[in-house]
Amino acid sequence: MKKYLLKRVAMAIVTIWAVITITFILMHSVPGDPFRQESKMPKVVYENLLRKYGLDRPLSEQYIIYLGKIIRGDFGDSMKSRVETVNDMIRRGFPVSAFIGLEALLIAIIFGPALGAIAALNQNKWPDYISMIIAIIGVSVPSFIMGTVFIQFLARNISWLPIGGWGSFAHSILPSLALALMPLAQLARYMRSSMLEVLGQDYIKTAKSKGISNATVVLRHAVRNAILPVVSILGTVATNLIAGSFVIEKIFGIPGLGMFFITSINNRDYPLIMGTTIFYAIILVVMLLIVDIAYMLIDPRIKLTKEGR
Amino acid sequence: MENVLEVKNLQISFKTFFGEVEAVRGITFSVGKKETVAIVGESGCGKSVTAGGIMQLLPMPPAFFKGGEILFNGENLLEKSEKQMQGIRGNKISMVFQDPMTSLNPTMKIGYQIVEGLMKHNKMSREAAIKKSVEMLELVAVPQPEKRINQYPHEFSGGMRQRVMIALAMACNPQLLIADEPTTALDVTVQAQILELMKKLQNQLGMSIILITHDLGIVADMSDRVVVMYAGQILEVGLTHEIFASPKHPYTRKLLASVPRLDMNREERLHSIEGTPPDLYAPPKGCSFYDRCSEAMKICKDNMPGFDERSRTHQSRCWLNHPMAQKRNSMNGRGI
Repeated sequence: MKKYLLKRVAMAIVTIWAVITITFILMHSVPGDPFRQESKMPKVVYENLLRKYGLDRPLSEQYIIYLGKIIRGDFGDSMKSRVETVNDMIRRGFPVSAFIGLEALLIAIIFGPALGAIAALNQNKWPDYISMIIAIIGVSVPSFIMGTVFIQFLARNISWLPIGGWGSFAHSILPSLALALMPLAQLARYMRSSMLEVLGQDYIKTAKSKGISNATVVLRHAVRNAILPVVSILGTVATNLIAGSFVIEKIFGIPGLGMFFITSINNRDYPLIMGTTIFYAIILVVMLLIVDIAYMLIDPRIKLTKEGR
Repeated sequence: MENVLEVKNLQISFKTFFGEVEAVRGITFSVGKKETVAIVGESGCGKSVTAGGIMQLLPMPPAFFKGGEILFNGENLLEKSEKQMQGIRGNKISMVFQDPMTSLNPTMKIGYQIVEGLMKHNKMSREAAIKKSVEMLELVAVPQPEKRINQYPHEFSGGMRQRVMIALAMACNPQLLIADEPTTALDVTVQAQILELMKKLQNQLGMSIILITHDLGIVADMSDRVVVMYAGQILEVGLTHEIFASPKHPYTRKLLASVPRLDMNREERLHSIEGTPPDLYAPPKGCSFYDRCSEAMKICKDNMPGFDERSRTHQSRCWLNHPMAQKRNSMNGRGI
């Protein structure tokens, strides 16, 4: 196990290095730079700015300097914000995004697979149809529409919850719900099909032939086997939720990490682009590792220790 | 002999999108105490549906019981509630399935899969049930049972898994064991071991066995009586030696002739039964074997014969049994 973990960490570092390199190259091959948009800037000022941020040096040199910084855990200064470094921005935004993300993830994990399992157990009966209608709505209606609908009904018509902003737990409920619906629906659909497959397996018949109750058959024998494919998509789902959503954060006025992903690119804010991308990659790598370990715990046939899969 | 199980005119159908499939069409047979009854027939003749019907493990819907009764120790199982059936399944009647590779839960330790039934039916404590499962594994000759009990199915070979399945089925000492093609998925040497084991356990524990198979070699080896099924009906019943020595129904004769033999010539072709079984969406009015029978007569087309009841043990459903057909039968000298 320890050996496997070490191997995985080494692999993760290589992965993140690749992400850094590719992002760096792509970012610099896009035309324009952080300062050119402000066209009225005198040429001398522009050149001074480039020099200040080291953008006048050859690309390879910039790359080496940047790598050096990353190793020290420094994402650099944002080119647009004069007060905060990229580290500050992530440190400020991430907890907010992660809070909403985890809340949404919890909602999705609790209700999604349950909904899918109920649908599978009542295949082609009304609980199935209702679950699948919910799932289809969840998958096809974008979160910003769900968000505005929630605001209209739950915050304006009956003022149960705050319309937007950030401060208390109540503020997090509506955005989490809006965010959770899509993954919830995805998990439900995965769970339904995987549950249907498992229920048709021979070992379910064996379990029934032992005379144990249907509830026991489902809970003890079916769910554990059916949950595997659901777990496999959880890594990416969780990462997307935790890293923050631009749309939801914009609608609810939440100071999260999500908007940096979009604004940094529009502004050609190089350090922020790199910072958010690397941060996202780190979360993803960690999540995938967690998923793999969860896999091993659920299915004894999967052994991670030997030759690292 | 007292009967453990009596199936009377059992009819099982499946509702499908295209109509009703009459999978089992009124079968009657019985299983005595400590008796082994083999149900033989080709794929799709309703053997497994019969087994599933007795256990009431068929998916309902689409399956439903159209008629008949299943008497187990004199009580009709079809009148039992699901709750009562759960008390019978795995306790009084157990089942061993065809494919040991897929019939054990891959994410659950072997021991727990055996313990589960014991704890439910015998109200055993966990410790006692574990002890009993070790004994069961020992009984079915799984080496190192204390260690094996904590392993998962993927750590067992096919033959070992089938032993585990048998241990699992026998754990609560059932009166009736239904073995649905228990050796079809195993290779020949392992087959022999498993059959040997089943016989041994039957002698030790005194249960009855319904053996579902299409392997006539196994039938000859294992069973006391044979039920020959075709297209959802029973065509012939008899003691094993009667069926093998003097089969009465043309279908049984052809089935026996299809068994490859060691003393056959190299040039000789394997014997096969031409044609396919009838479509059970619209089962034929007359004899279901009419289309494929080389001895078919006019009367067979539209009339299904009843059982010939001249012998108490050996009966078949064929018009050739009719006194008026005797002459023709001996004249053309067919039959094997």
